[in-house]
Amino acid sequence: MVDASTLRPDLAVIARQVPAGVRVLDIGCGDGALMAALRDGKQVDARGIEIDGALVERCVARGLSVVQGDADRDLAFYPDGAFDVAILSQTLQTAARPDKMLAELLRVGRRAFVSFPNFAYWRMRWALLSRGRMPVTRHLPVTWYETENIHHMTVRDFEELARDLGIAIENRWFFTREREIGPSGANWRAEYALFEVRR
Amino acid sequence: MAAPSHTYTLPQPLPLDGGQAIEGAAIAYETYGELAADKSNAILVCHALTGDQYLASPHPVTGKPGWWERMVGPGKPIDTSRYHVICANVIGSCMGSTGPASAAPDGKPWAMRFPVITVRDMVRGLVALLDGLGIERLHAVVGGSMGGMQALSLAANFPERAARVLAIATTARHSAQNIAFHEVGRQAIMADPNWRDGDYYGHDTAPDAGLAVARMAAHITYLSEAGLTEKFGRRLQDRDAKSFGFDADFQVESYLRYQGSGFTRRFDANSYLYITRAMDYLDIAEEHGGKLADAFAGHAMGKGARFCLVSFDTDWLYPTSESRHVVHALNAAGAPVSFVELSAPFGHDSFLLDVPPLDRVVKGFLDG
Repeated sequence: MVDASTLRPDLAVIARQVPAGVRVLDIGCGDGALMAALRDGKQVDARGIEIDGALVERCVARGLSVVQGDADRDLAFYPDGAFDVAILSQTLQTAARPDKMLAELLRVGRRAFVSFPNFAYWRMRWALLSRGRMPVTRHLPVTWYETENIHHMTVRDFEELARDLGIAIENRWFFTREREIGPSGANWRAEYALFEVRR
Repeated sequence: MAAPSHTYTLPQPLPLDGGQAIEGAAIAYETYGELAADKSNAILVCHALTGDQYLASPHPVTGKPGWWERMVGPGKPIDTSRYHVICANVIGSCMGSTGPASAAPDGKPWAMRFPVITVRDMVRGLVALLDGLGIERLHAVVGGSMGGMQALSLAANFPERAARVLAIATTARHSAQNIAFHEVGRQAIMADPNWRDGDYYGHDTAPDAGLAVARMAAHITYLSEAGLTEKFGRRLQDRDAKSFGFDADFQVESYLRYQGSGFTRRFDANSYLYITRAMDYLDIAEEHGGKLADAFAGHAMGKGARFCLVSFDTDWLYPTSESRHVVHALNAAGAPVSFVELSAPFGHDSFLLDVPPLDRVVKGFLDG
């Protein structure tokens, strides 16, 4: 069993959903918390990509296989279908071309978990509407000029992109204030979303 | 030269990439820490071009501490209270292993009759030593620079012999620039009249001037420009004004001269020729049909070794792009690999110097 109690809610869902013993690529794996949970709890063969060298160092120090690299550039070096599951958590909005990255994700992995902040969350809309300025929220605390999020998208945008790319959405989860919420009105109510997709 | 603690004489001829074989080759080595009863805790550390087996014990010629004493020892990142650490002088070198200064079957020094060797030949020698020690599978093979080349070559050619491969500040192929710098060094040695076509062993003089120049040129490639500027700038050496002559006016000149002359006390010029040649010949992809990923095919998903590569942002001799090239090949082969580029001001030499994140990566990788 995976001890998901210390994981961020979207990662806890992924940890629950990934089958035991599979091969996983975690793109933007951070300090490796999810990888370590999958390795220790489900005997998953987990590999990671992380751009921040200090975080890679922490991953290596906990015995994980993590490559310092840029997902925009380095995914291309992995062979087709090398992984059962590819994970892209809170990273798609930082990609140079999210559509291409999504396609790459499902080239190297047979299925993928993708989580991203929902820019149609009502607090965002309200901040933009009432103050006329780019929102700074608890979940996205960085000002517009410093943020790594260069492609702002919504739940509906993602669903449309999946349709355009011919990608099947298998499952979806929504979160607000670090808790899972139901799917109704998610494009308004969800602070961030997690999708399980398949080629 | 001082006798090493242990010498293993290979019972079989050592076959070489050049087609020849060396009969009765000797491998000099040092060990640190206890070997477990099941021989599962051995770590082989491979040394760099001018390194030797004195990894964590004083050098018998210079009296200086071992070349990686900051990394290897009880409680250190390569912890000798846990691991049995082996470091052997490569063939072709001059600290007790068979090389051009050793006696050939006719009793005279090999000199330039010594066969040209490759990094893979060095690794064959090391694997023969492991066979002699009864170590089937290493806990890890570790090396920086040419040591990293040996680690990668061992992984490519003997995939079952190591469970972990840690290659630091290294490359899987020598570039045109790498070869060019080595050629400057070799030509400096060969241009020294005391080189005598390599037959200087019976004479009072050795090609020390040429070897010193070779070392000076190479030493520049081990440092970063920023590091040199910080250490020396344009400061003058023991004088207030330029001499308008060709003394070592600048501190950096004096430093390089000191590095060059110190080196000739402990290293054989012909060994320098042979080992630099071996490095220039390195192209692990070429050895395996031209595709580097194929060289690591023995490490696909779930079997073989775990890899870790480390580069330094100021290393222009074997820059990060070379490590990435290896990482991409390992990814393509499906091998488990970690890679990190560390920030350190010392250029290529960073792997030998005080870089705390390197300590953490080495320890984490070896213990994980």
